[in-house]
Amino acid sequence: MENMGLLFALCGAALSAALAGIGSAVGVGIAGRAASGVVTEDPNQFSKVLVLQLLPGTQGIYGLLIAFITLTQIGIMGEPTDVSLQEGLLYFVSCLPMAFGGLFSAIAQGKCSVSAIGLVAKRPDQFGKAMIFPAMVETYAILSLLISILSIFGVAGLGL
Amino acid sequence: MSIAYTDKNYIYAVSRIRFAELRLLKADTFERLSAASDMKECMSVLSEKGYDTASGDIDMVLTEERHRLWSLIGELVPDMSVFDVFRIQNDYDNLKAAIKESVLDHEMKDIYTREAGLDPMLVRRAVRERNYRLLPDDMAREAEICHDIFLRTGDGQLCDVILDRAALKAMQKAAASTKEQVLGDYAELRAASADIKIAIRAADTGKDRDFISRALADCSLIDTDSLEKAALSGRDAIYAYLANTDLSDAVPELKSSPAAFERWCDDMIIRKVRSQLWNSFGLGPVAAYIIAKETEIKSVRILLTAKQNGFPMEMIRERMRETYV
Repeated sequence: MENMGLLFALCGAALSAALAGIGSAVGVGIAGRAASGVVTEDPNQFSKVLVLQLLPGTQGIYGLLIAFITLTQIGIMGEPTDVSLQEGLLYFVSCLPMAFGGLFSAIAQGKCSVSAIGLVAKRPDQFGKAMIFPAMVETYAILSLLISILSIFGVAGLGL
Repeated sequence: MSIAYTDKNYIYAVSRIRFAELRLLKADTFERLSAASDMKECMSVLSEKGYDTASGDIDMVLTEERHRLWSLIGELVPDMSVFDVFRIQNDYDNLKAAIKESVLDHEMKDIYTREAGLDPMLVRRAVRERNYRLLPDDMAREAEICHDIFLRTGDGQLCDVILDRAALKAMQKAAASTKEQVLGDYAELRAASADIKIAIRAADTGKDRDFISRALADCSLIDTDSLEKAALSGRDAIYAYLANTDLSDAVPELKSSPAAFERWCDDMIIRKVRSQLWNSFGLGPVAAYIIAKETEIKSVRILLTAKQNGFPMEMIRERMRETYV
């Protein structure tokens, strides 16, 4: 029971890295299939479609960042510290925006990237505009990241 | 939020199709073909657009183009049975040929079409040996019935009518099994247009109720009972019935000419599937491309054959289909 706080915080970190990572894997995977189709027909489009394929990959990085920060705060990485049950639960909840925001935004961004890759296939000169559409989805991943970071540092500042 | 597994399977295919769509002929290319002074100029326009015109023969050029279409689709789609809806008609046409060849006892191997789901020689063997188990269940049942009718009565027209209806039913079943809206719409429109053509022909030739009810295929766009009654009363009753359905636009075309109605049917299908140009997932864009390419090949055939035979431009234009892109 005395390590329950640590357990909850660790679960939050794990969820953040895993769910956002799964979302990115799905997003990058489906965009990769579309990109392969374009490169099969026109290898010159490789660099353009690669950028579009990578866009849904950022959520995985954000999830990893949140996991690192949480692990540092709870002493798994760096200096060992005591984590109360209340504190552990708060860390757990703090990780959730990035975990779920990352998962769903990465899949949505992957689908959007597939369509943008289709646009580039037909109109390579419109690459700039094509990139904006999936990039818009990134906003919500960044908002999730921001809230998770603010919450984790806020919990640490509470001194519970 | 999640993407269905089947959708994921076609993402690569749709991406390749986006490129293939760039090579489809647009309205301006058909204008150039229409304005071309001779066949050589037409072939040069088609060659520019990626057709293999080395043979210089219309039939060979278009057969090669269709072969390329199905090669591409075979490369993109691992299980071609999802496109049975496009090939079933040819299977049934081969079955008709096999029954006639068998009953007339006259060898005619080159009347079979190769662009079919089933090997034409297998269909031929099944009919010759009366071993219908070689065919799919639904087809085997119809083949046996028609073979018997043809042997007993020698009525080839009745056999054709029964097999045409069976082909439409098989198309609808194949389309429903894919759960793909585009294929479902295509099969329903094909069934509806076939029913309308049968009703008009029956009205013109005074066919009886039994013949009409055997020929009409059920479809969601038409109430076959009402159409049957209308066909027994004559053309005007058919027009009056159709005017109250979703197919009311067909009436002026039917009044105009059979060719105008044929064009209207093809245009209607193209309009239905055009939204697939903006869909990035699923089988829909691939199916729509097949319909678009087949329609394009049909239009090129009509245009070049008409030009070759010196038909007036007005007549050629009347038969030109809407383009997908």
